This record gives sequence, C-alpha cells and structure tokens, in this order.
Amino acid sequence: MEHLEFDFPGRPMPVPARAQVIVGVVSSGNLEVLMEKVSLNGSCHVNVDTVITGFGRIWQAVLSDFFARHALSDVRISINDVGATPAVVGLRLVQALEDLQRGVS
Amino acid sequence: MRQWDTLAANRRARLARGQAMSSGKIVDPAMITALLEAVIEPGDRVCLEGDNQKQADFLARSLTRVDVTRVHDLHMVQSVLAMPEHLELFERGIARRLDFSFSGPQGARLARLVRAGGIEIGAIHTYLELFSRYFIDLTPRVSLIVASSADRAGNLYTGPNTEDTPAIVEATAFKNGIVIAQVNTLAESLPRVDIPGDWVDYVVVSPTPHIIEPLFTRDPAQISEIQVLMAMLVIRGIYAEYGVNRLNHGIGFDTAAIELLLPTYGERLGLKGKICRYWAMNPHPTIIPAIESGFVESIYSFGSELGMEAYTAARSDIFFTGPDGSLRSNRAFCQAAGHYACDLFIGSTLQVDLEGNSSTATLDRITGFGGAPNMGADARGRRHASGAWLKAGHEDAGASRMPRGRKLVVQMVETFRERMQPAFVERLDAWHLMEETGMALPPVMIYGDDVTHIVTEEGIANLLLCHDAEERAEAIRGVAGYTPVGLARNSRAVENLRDRGVIRRPEDLGIDVREAGRDLLAARTMKDLVHWSGGLYNPPRRFRNW
Repeated sequence: MEHLEFDFPGRPMPVPARAQVIVGVVSSGNLEVLMEKVSLNGSCHVNVDTVITGFGRIWQAVLSDFFARHALSDVRISINDVGATPAVVGLRLVQALEDLQRGVS
Repeated sequence: MRQWDTLAANRRARLARGQAMSSGKIVDPAMITALLEAVIEPGDRVCLEGDNQKQADFLARSLTRVDVTRVHDLHMVQSVLAMPEHLELFERGIARRLDFSFSGPQGARLARLVRAGGIEIGAIHTYLELFSRYFIDLTPRVSLIVASSADRAGNLYTGPNTEDTPAIVEATAFKNGIVIAQVNTLAESLPRVDIPGDWVDYVVVSPTPHIIEPLFTRDPAQISEIQVLMAMLVIRGIYAEYGVNRLNHGIGFDTAAIELLLPTYGERLGLKGKICRYWAMNPHPTIIPAIESGFVESIYSFGSELGMEAYTAARSDIFFTGPDGSLRSNRAFCQAAGHYACDLFIGSTLQVDLEGNSSTATLDRITGFGGAPNMGADARGRRHASGAWLKAGHEDAGASRMPRGRKLVVQMVETFRERMQPAFVERLDAWHLMEETGMALPPVMIYGDDVTHIVTEEGIANLLLCHDAEERAEAIRGVAGYTPVGLARNSRAVENLRDRGVIRRPEDLGIDVREAGRDLLAARTMKDLVHWSGGLYNPPRRFRNW
C-alpha cells in the first residue's frame, strides 16, 4: 500500500449537477474514484491509495494531464487503486467528471 | 557407378522391418513403440506433428519410450513444442537437434535445456518457412502425424482440423519417407478423404482421442474497456480510413474486441459492406456476431476451433467445407493466403522498441514465432493492386518513385501490461535472450520496417508517414503514454506529428473515450455467442459457466 497526495490549482468550471459521484470498482486491475464538489478555495486535491508502490511519478503525470485537459475547481478526488493501468485511471477520471457534471450515476 | 535410388531402397528395408509389428497398415497400439524402433534409424530427421491446436500426442508419448540404444540422435522437425514429451525426447537422448516454429507452454523449460547444452537448435522458423524447408533441406525421413479416423487402406479423415497434415505428408511420402498416423477411430468408410491412403504407411488407433486445444476462444466477459477503446481506434482510424476488406486477425482479446464491435460500432459508422469482408483466420467464436450481421463474405482457416464444428458446417457460404459438410483447414495454404492476398495484418504484441520492432520474447523463455511474421510482413512478391494496399504504398514516405503498394501491418498494444510492465522499451528482451542462448539473431516477431501502424489506448502512430528514424522514434514515444519511453518524448515534436496526422488521438478521429464501454460489444459473454450462433456454437466446458 502507498498513500499519495496531490494538489492542483483550480480553473473555473460550470456548476456540477451532483455534489459527489463514485465510478469504478475495487477489483484487480481496476480502481474506484470518488469525485466530490467541496470547498477548497478554488483549488483541487487528490488522495490516492494504491496497492502498487513506487509509481508516484506516473500518478503525478496522469493527474497533471487530466487537470490540464479539464477545468475543475473545488473538487476533491479520492482514488482507491487495485493496480489499474494509467489508461484505466484516465478513463475513470473522465467518466467521473462526466457523471458529476451531467448528473448520471 | 552411383546408385540413384538409395532412399527408395532404404524405405523398402524399413517397411520390411516393420512387417512383424503390423497387419497390413494397421498397427496394434501395444506394438507401436516396437514399430517405431523398427522403422526409425539413429540420426533420422523425424517430423512429429503438433501445432497450437491438435497434437499427435500418442505417437509423441510412444516415441519417448523407445530403447535409446536403438533410436537416438534424432533431428526433430516440428511446428510446435507444446507437450512435456517433446522435451523429454531431448532429455532422454532420443533426439539431439531441433528445428521448430513455436514453443509457447514449454518456452521456459526449452530455454533451460538450451543453456544446459541438452539440445541443439537449428533455427526458430515461421510456420510457412518451416514447411518450406520440409521440401528443400529438412525433408523428414519419418513423419508421425494425427488424424480423426482412417480406413484399412490408410485413407485419413482429419475433420475440420486438417491444419499441417497435408504439408507434412506431401514432403515425406514423396521423398520415400515413412508416414505413421495416429487416429481416434478405424472406420469402414470415411466422411471424406483428406490424405490418400497410398501416402500413409501405418495407422494406429490411439487409446484416447488426440489432444486438441481451443486456443482461439476468447471469452467476451474478459474484454476490457481499454480494449474496446483500441478497437474503436482501429475500426475508425485504420479499417474505415483505408477501406480494408481482406485481412487476417491474430489471436487475442485486442482483436476479439474489434470483431465484436463490427456489428455495433462498425454498423453505426455505416461500414457494413465496406470493410472486413474477406478473411484469413481461424473460426474465432467472437467473429460469429459479425458473420450473422452480414459483415463477412468469406473466411479461410489455418485450423479449426473446438466447438465451432456445427456452426462452420451450417455456414458453408462463409467457410471452406468438404463434400461431407465439415470445415477443411490447411495451415500452409492459409499462411500463403494471409501473406499474399490480405491487405492487413493486425496482432497483439508484448514489447515494442523505438524502431517499431515488435517481440513476444521475454527473458528466460524461448517462445518462437508461429505464423505472425508471415502475416505481419509486406509481401514483396505481390503484384496485384487493391485500394488499401495502394493507399498505404502512396503514404510510404521512404518509398522510391516507382509506384508500389504496401501491406498494412498493425501492432496493437496497451502501453502497460499487467503489473505495470511497460510495453514500450529502449531495448527488447529479445536481445538478452539471443545473448543467453547463443541464437544467431534476436527473436523479433515483426520487424520495425514492416510495421505500418502502432495502436495504443493513446492513439495511432502511422509509421508510414515518418520521414526518418528520429521521427519514427518520436511517433512511437507519442503513443507510448506514461511508460518511461513515452515520458521521454518531446511534447512539441509530438504535437507537430499530430498536426501532420502521423499521430492521431481518439479525439482527432471523433472518438469520445467515454463511449468506450463494454456495452458496445455485440456479445458480452460466452452465452451471448451461443445465442448469436442460433445454438450452433458449442463452447468447450471450461468456457461454460451455465
């Protein structure tokens, strides 16, 4: 197990339809993403709990790309990772954001 | 005065020695080892039939039991090293030298045996290359083959899994060699004759039916969303783009996902009748929905697939079937068809380097090649044109001024394998394997200069459009994601390649990654496949969970 934390400056986003969403599952090669609209003075925060240690640099790169492509503010993301590849992480993040904004679950 | 018929004389002597162990062509199973001792001579080149599907398992087992003082130093030539018995022949000293093509499940044990000096490897071949050598400098003296049934005259019925048998028998029987067949049953009359009886010297009924592996069955339940995304990229960015109608699919979940997306995503894009009409491929269960939806005109097969017998028989407009109604396959012809008559090969790989060389060799395993290098190579002897072939040739930045076509050779790979093993590397494990085992060449599956496209979840790299090695390396880094190779990319150079269409991201192709879900698969379970087939597909028990 490894616990990682990342902060990202926020960028204005439309008011989401939901306050929080969960996507994904806690199973091998997969992950669960909890995305919440919270008050963080406009910035964003990510907590990662992962079963695979030593990949902090890759998490940093994947999350940086996600925040560069999508405008988010006052969002907290909590990730429970069971060995997902960066591709799956990226897909789950996009799905979570979609659900948060459009209100699908 | 030179004698010109020593092989024929030697054949007569062998048959004379075998007479005591047989009644006509029929050999009692209890006498088979004695027969092998009688007709095989020390130092013989022996072909033991077996590929990635059917195995002459009873004859292999019987050969391991011969008296090593009588039968030794054999030179084995065989498509696949799949069974423990195949290696036991070398461990016991019955055989010394090996020329082969593929060694999947025995790869690690083979590598150990090579390092210990217990085996001399002539070369690792492709299937077609090995069959070709049977007719030039590796002609078998004795071939041990497998069929479904035989009659007393030695005529053989192979059923749908004809596979390598015709090539092996042709090379052996017509050079005065000895052909010994194991069959499941002896019959008064056969449904059809796949091998004529006068090419076969001995027939033995094996105590249990021969082994056959359902190697090409992929359970749709195990296809991931990332594989769905990659399949969308391939259909939209390659099949639709080039109008690919004649193709070969390799084995694996990546290509199974494409097959299952044709009736859904492909249909929605209006591609029915425009792509994927003619195939060189085994009867993959995952192609059933595309056939039933009307995408597929014709499929010619290397072998069959367990459980697909009734389905292929009931779809004789699509598959090649005999007068008995069942499928006829032929690996040698299908390899030639895949090489010369297909415009595209697509397959999965394990490692890709910055030249685009692609390898499935990993440390400490000698796996070999099978058929992929023949499918995944530009057919330089090809002279007929097609739209897809001409378009690829036109794009080829390195081509001469003489108009030429190019085969599309696509490698599909997720940037990371299981346990976060990067698929993109600076140096292939194949180099290490070569050094460890003293091979003449690193075992590369598809050479970089044959690969035209690399597809990952990050997008498509079109290597045809790259002007030089540096640009090619940057294009590969551009789809290598978060692997160390990918993170070392020059972002500006990559964006420049993207502007030129060398790299195409999902969004550049109008693909919304959020759409990449398993609900796009035409079948999501084995049961769905059975349903699509109208109950004709009969999955092996291990694939049934109902």
